[in-house]
Parts: sequence; C-alpha cells; structure tokens
Amino acid sequence: MKERTFTKRLSAALVPAVPYLWLGVFFLVPFLIVLKISLSDTAIAQPPYKPVFEWSDIAAFFSALDLENFELLVEDDLYFRATLSSVRIAALSTVLLLLVGFPIAYGMARAPERHRSLLVALVILPFWTSFLIRIYAWIAILKPEGLLTQGLMSLGAISEPIEILNTEWAVYIGIVYAYLPFMVLPLYATLEKMDDTLLEAALDLGSTPWRSFWTITVPLAMPGIIAGSLLCFIPAVGEFVIPDLLGGSETLMIGRQLWSEFFSNRDWPLASAVAILLLIVLVAPIVIYRDVEARRVETRP
Amino acid sequence: MRRTFSPWADPNAKPLIRFENVTKRFGDAVAVDRLTLDIFEGEFFCLLGPSGCGKTTLMRMLAGFEYPTEGRITLAGQDLAGVPPYRRPVNMMFQSYALFPHMSVEKNIAFGLKQDGLPKPEIAARVEEMLRLVQLEKLAKRYPSQLSGGQRQRVALARALAKKPKVLLLDEPLGALDKKLREETQFELMDIQHDLHMTFVVVTHDQEEAMTMADRIAVMDHGRIVQVATPGEIYEQPKTRFIAEFVGDVNILEGHVMGQENGLWRVKTASAEMPLSIDDPDEVLHSGQAVAIAVRPEKMVVQREKPAPEAVNVLTGEVWDIGYLGDWTVYRIRLATGEILRVSCANVSRFVENPIDWDEQVYVTFAPGAAVILAE
Amino acid sequence: MNRRLSLFNVTSLVLGFAFLYLPILLLVVYSFNGSRLVTVWGGFSTQWYAALFRNQALMEAAWVTLRIAFLSAGMATVLGTLAALALTRYGRFPGRTLFTGMVYAPMVMPEVITGLSLLLFFVAVDLDRGFWTITLAHTTLTMCFVTVVVQSRLMTFDRSLEEAAMDLGAPPLRTFFAVTLPLIAPSIVAGFLLAFTLSLDDLVIASFNTGPGATTLPIKIYSQVRLGLSPEINAASTILIGLVTLGVISATLISKRSVLRSRRNV
Repeated sequence: MKERTFTKRLSAALVPAVPYLWLGVFFLVPFLIVLKISLSDTAIAQPPYKPVFEWSDIAAFFSALDLENFELLVEDDLYFRATLSSVRIAALSTVLLLLVGFPIAYGMARAPERHRSLLVALVILPFWTSFLIRIYAWIAILKPEGLLTQGLMSLGAISEPIEILNTEWAVYIGIVYAYLPFMVLPLYATLEKMDDTLLEAALDLGSTPWRSFWTITVPLAMPGIIAGSLLCFIPAVGEFVIPDLLGGSETLMIGRQLWSEFFSNRDWPLASAVAILLLIVLVAPIVIYRDVEARRVETRP
Repeated sequence: MRRTFSPWADPNAKPLIRFENVTKRFGDAVAVDRLTLDIFEGEFFCLLGPSGCGKTTLMRMLAGFEYPTEGRITLAGQDLAGVPPYRRPVNMMFQSYALFPHMSVEKNIAFGLKQDGLPKPEIAARVEEMLRLVQLEKLAKRYPSQLSGGQRQRVALARALAKKPKVLLLDEPLGALDKKLREETQFELMDIQHDLHMTFVVVTHDQEEAMTMADRIAVMDHGRIVQVATPGEIYEQPKTRFIAEFVGDVNILEGHVMGQENGLWRVKTASAEMPLSIDDPDEVLHSGQAVAIAVRPEKMVVQREKPAPEAVNVLTGEVWDIGYLGDWTVYRIRLATGEILRVSCANVSRFVENPIDWDEQVYVTFAPGAAVILAE
Repeated sequence: MNRRLSLFNVTSLVLGFAFLYLPILLLVVYSFNGSRLVTVWGGFSTQWYAALFRNQALMEAAWVTLRIAFLSAGMATVLGTLAALALTRYGRFPGRTLFTGMVYAPMVMPEVITGLSLLLFFVAVDLDRGFWTITLAHTTLTMCFVTVVVQSRLMTFDRSLEEAAMDLGAPPLRTFFAVTLPLIAPSIVAGFLLAFTLSLDDLVIASFNTGPGATTLPIKIYSQVRLGLSPEINAASTILIGLVTLGVISATLISKRSVLRSRRNV
C-alpha cells in the first residue's frame, strides 16, 4: 500500500517535472550560456569563441571574464543607435497598430453575434500562413515599379514611382501587416465582453459619443490595449526578417545587427553581448507582459 | 410507515454514518468545527444552513473529496480515513449535475458500473432499470446538451443511483430548477428514496425544501450543528434564535423572566404593557434572565376590537403595511417601541366586510402555547 | 443586445480585411503569371508550378520541414499539455514563478535571442547541428504556445466532472483518460496545429540551429528571396497558402459536424 502511494506520488510529480526540466535545459541554461559567452574573448576557430570555463580552474574562469565585448558595444555607437532606432520603430509601429487595429476590433465586436466567429477566423487565418511569404508578398507591392505604384499611377494619383521599399516606411507597413492579428485579437476579446448598456447609460447621462468613447470604451479596453501593445512591441524590437527584407541597408535594427555579427562577422561573443543588450531593453516589457498574461489566463471564469 | 420511522430515538440502533469530533480547516479558516453527528440507514437527512456554514464541506468529506483535519468519519463501522472517493460506497449528485458532455445519457449512467467491471449485459439491464426509474427511456441516446434542466437533473440522479450506493449524497439537488418543477421533483425524490430504501443526505440552503423532504434536518452555522431534529421540531421548537429566524418567519420579542405562574413563564418586555405568559415547560430559566420570545406570524391574531381584560399576551400597534398574497394576508404592525411585528392571516373567506386598513390602531394577541422562549 | 454596425464600423472592417488579404491575393494571382517578372502580368500560365516540382532542392527542403514540424509539434504537444496541467492543477508548487516565466518568455522573446542561445547551448554540449537541433529548438519554442492554449481550456474546465468520475469509481488516471482528456482534446489539437504551423514557418531559429543537410523551406525561400523575386516562390507560397486554408476549413467543418452530431438526436 505504501509503495503504491509512493509510485503514485512519483508519477504525479512527473507532470510538472518533465516540462520544467525541459524548459530549464533548453531555455534557462542556453540563456546563461549566452551571458557567459558574451563575457569571453573572440577566437577565430570553430566554434568561434574561446571557452572561458574550465572546470578545473574556477579562479581562471573569473579572471578571464571581462566586459570587453560590452565595452565595444559602448564605444561603437552603432549598437547604441541600432538599439534606439529599434525601440523607436517598434514603438511607432505599435501606435500605428493600435490606430489600425482598434477600429477593426471595434467593428468585429459590434458585428452581429452569428458573424463574429467567422470574423475572428478571418483575422487568424493569415497568421496561419507563412510569415516569410506574407512579407515577401509586400516586396512585389512596394517595389519602385511594383503593384502599388502601378495601381496609383493608373488611378492618376501619382505621376512617378514612389520609393517605399528599402525605407523605414516599408518596415512600418511590414510590422503593422504581420502583427495585426496580435493587436486585433486581445482588443476584440475585451471589447466583445463590454456591455453595450454602459455606452447607452453614458449617452443617457449626457455624454457625447466621442466623450463616451474616451471615458468608457477606452478605459474598459485597457487590458486589451496593454496586452496587444506588449505582444506587438516586444517581438518588433528584435525583429529581423521585416527590416532585412523590406527595410534596405539603411534601416538599423538591433536584431539585424545581432544576425550580421553572428553570420557575417562570425563574432559569437559580440553577438551574445548584443543579445544581452537587447534583452536588457526588453526585460521590463517582458516581465509586465508575463504578469498581465498570467493574470488574464488565471482570472478567466 | 414513514411516520413511525425514527431510529434516532432508539438507543440500540447503530448509525450508518458517524462523524466523530470532525474538524476541517482550510489554512486558518475553520469550515467544520468539532462536529459530531449520526445518520441512520434509510434516513432522508438534510444538512441545512446558509452559504459558508460548512454543510458542503461536510458532504465532500463524506464523498472523499476532502479529508478531515481532525476526527473520524465511519460508514457502516468502517473508518473512511485514507479511503479515496473511488473506493467509497457513496455516490453523489452534483449541484452542477456534472454530466459528462461527451457521453450520451446511457453512457453517463453506465460510467460508474463500468468502473466496477460488471459484465456488459448486466450494465445494460441496470441502465435500462435506471432510465425507467427516472422516466427517461426515450432519451437514452441523447447528449446532455440536448436535454432540458429537469431532464439533466434526472440523468444525474440516475447516474448516482446506478451503483446502488449505501449513501446517496445530493448537493443542492433542486437548486437549478424553476419553482414549479422543484416542487414536483421534491416529491419524486422522496418516493424514490422510499422505494429504494436508500440513505439520502441532502445539502440545501432552502429551508422549505428541507422541511418537505427530510426525516431529520441538521441546521448548521459556522461549521457547527446547531440543532438536529425532525422538521416539525425544528419549526415549532427551535433551539436558538438563529434557527428560529433561519427556518420560516418569526417575530422576536426581547425581555426578562419574572418567574413562573400556573406552569407558565411570565416575561416582561418593552413591547407589551403586561408581562407575557409563555407555555414552554421544558425551558429551565431563572428570574431576571434575559430571554427572547419567538412567535411565528401565523400564530398571532390581529384584531380591531379591544380584547377582554383577562386576555393574555396583548400587544398594541398600528398597521404599517399590508401584503396580500392570495392565500395569506401579511400585516406589518408597528408597536409603540418601533418594533415591527409580522402577522399572517389565512384568507378563509372570499369576502371580508370592513377589512383592517392601513394606519388603523389594532391589537395583536397570541396564545401562551404559540410562543417559544429562547435563552439568550 | 441589438448591436448595430455603423458605416464607420463597416468601413473599418472592409478596409482592415482588404489590408490583410490583398497582398496574399496578389501573391496568388501572380503565381499564375506567364512572365518571369513578378510585377508585370504576362498572361495565365502554370509553368512555375511545373518548375517548382522539378526543383529537387526545394522539394527536399519541404520534406525536411514537414518532418521537423511533425516531430517537434508532437513533442511540444505532450510537453505543453503537461505544463498546462502543472500550472492549473498543482497549485503553488516550488519554483512556480520561474516556471510561468519560462513558459511566457519564449513566446515574446525576439527569435534572434532564442535562436542564438539555443545554438550556443548545442555547441557547448557538442551536439551536431542539423535536423535534431532544429527539432529540439522548435519543440522548446512551440511547447509554450501549446501550454497557453491548453491552459486556457483547463481554466474553464468544470472540476466537478472529474470529481463525478472519481465518485463513480474511476481512479485518478482513468478519470484523466475517460473524462479530462476527451474534453480538452480540441484544445490539444489546436495546440498541435499551432505548434506545427509555427515550426513550418520559422526562419530565424532554424537558421541559427541548422547544419549540413537540414535546410528547411523557410531557409531556402529566404535565400532565394534575397537574390530577388521569383515566380517560383509565388507558386510555392500559393501551394502552402492553399494547404493551410484547406486545413483550417476542414478543421472548422469537422468541429462543426461534431457539434451538430452531439446536438442531433441520434
């Protein structure tokens, strides 16, 4: 009897233990390794970094650690500018996403109930198709002689090709396009739950529709606004594919910098240092997001 | 038959279920507090109390979903400590019914039998029998989502009964039904319990439900049992003010004992000019003791004419409110002290000449035997 | 609840969905272009589809990608379901905060960081990069998504159903397989599909962790796109889009049918 309960307890403990261990090994440990390597010296070898950790010599380990890579990050203002411009592009994209996403989410929430699940499916559907392909589709549209120019020219709106591809504008369009479902869905989730009679009550009490929107709808949609914004902002800061394919060589973004340190310059320690830098920028938003998300999931009825 | 069923009065009877000094704590909160209770075989037993009184915890300990922090629960002499829910000869009908949505009605009913590894024909026969019992033969293949609330309740009952448990636990069995259906179902439950000679333990917060169905009621408050008795005793002989107020409507008059006279207690109150005379010989009281007098509204009489001078228990006041309920009329009488008495009056005649009207000065009287004294 | 769509609502919906679908539509249309130039219409043709199927390297990449997606989604589904159960059914076990952190962080963390850190890990433990490293990396990323999908279903799960099963004599493990699992199955399937798609789609993490002989479709497409637009890619994309659309539609129909079946009096 006692043995049975012991094996039972053991098997019950496996449920959290297995995924816990998995994430520990494949998420936490790699993370610590990045931190370690960011502190080691470059050596052109395979792998292109000098391991600084020798089990036999702890003292040497600490003495070999240095902030050289980070000093380089600070000295070369390329990384500083890349970080700044990443945050700027991500922030502006998030604002644009809110402006584009809110009316869509609002329209969906006000649509007749029988159509709503179809609308949600339509928002999600593009998400299921390849991200890369969807960005690729925009190249043909935004090219100087591309479909957008052709369309506008045939309408007579413009007389000569407009330059969008390989500018920051193309990056904004790409991010807004690719991340729109992540903004619309959380917004829709909060707006859909909103009680219509609240707005009626506000109107009845003499508030104009515009005022009611700002004093009732927006505050009640706040959880969705925050969740959606973080969900878009965080990955956008580290975005690689969109600036690489749409932004041209001028667009400076940190994720792209990391990529080129790694693949082009083969400087793994410096790439790791860039990763740590990126993470420092994102640690606050990620922690907030985790709290918001955990609370949202756990307080659902 | 039913009326003479009273094993609790027999000192030699062995209880089926026994709670001995059971305490259940959740962290710092005490849900059940040193509770002792016997339930006998064949009883229809109700646990009655307001929400949070511990009645559900008590039931869940019997089912095996919670274990007592202290004390012992035995079932037919067997200690239930450490016995998981799936090994107890006890089945439960859940408040939400908890019907498996992915199984048809017959699969739901067969679920428990399958766990016992019964042969298929036997399971089929038993399911058939249960469906007949709750009159759902025609809906055997349906899924819970295709049933009405009343039908679901029957499936839940059939499923819990299928294993012929020693005890059937019912958690607010009628809570989700509308009023009319509730009344019908009450009597059906009683019939089923009687026909199957099974022990039913019902948790409810609805006193009417408890009064109608139960052989005995245990009224609970703050994790303790305040009184265990038949419905009649609970209503007519409430032990405490809490029970008097929780079960039915009651008027409470506070006062002090003056002494005993001709077997009646004399109690001085601020509400009446003269001391009140109460026939409650079982109470042991002393002079000067603070007590509460409880009188049910239907046991009071309201009249316009001044009672004879020798009349006892006369209160005066004015009509504050009149509520006409069809079968009853309820008067709310305001006494000089500001207290409001509730007096109900059966409408025995269709026509009343010159009925009592609002703001009239009236007299309220009650017989000495109509009231109960509750020691504070 | 009589909600009315205003003109503004309709306009924003129409414009919004046009924005979402027009680029994809154009991509599909131009996959049937007769011209080699992606932006100039040269008449209807299916030549690029034929060329696609002759492209051995692309076909091979597709096969590798599918195998990785299938394997990693399978593992992620098991791990994610366990994690969801841990988060909903195990109360406050030690290290829970770290655990939720590790579940939510990979979902928002920039892929470049996840990709780089996993690569450095594989190098440190001296694991040859290729098919398996991508599979492990995708499993780690996608299991978090599975966790969230299954967890939100478990949150709304009526616990009394499990109690009822136990009350009727089913021990915990049998209760799980007879009651819990069938009822959360749709969310597990959804989690699997999500993991599968994410793995199919991933470029960044795969690029970091790939090795000889493990070129996935996104890596292949990316290297071609960098060389310039090609109608062949349009054709490949159209096939992918078609498959996904077919999958989503059939999944919807299947779930509708099962709902109908359970509603109908059989």
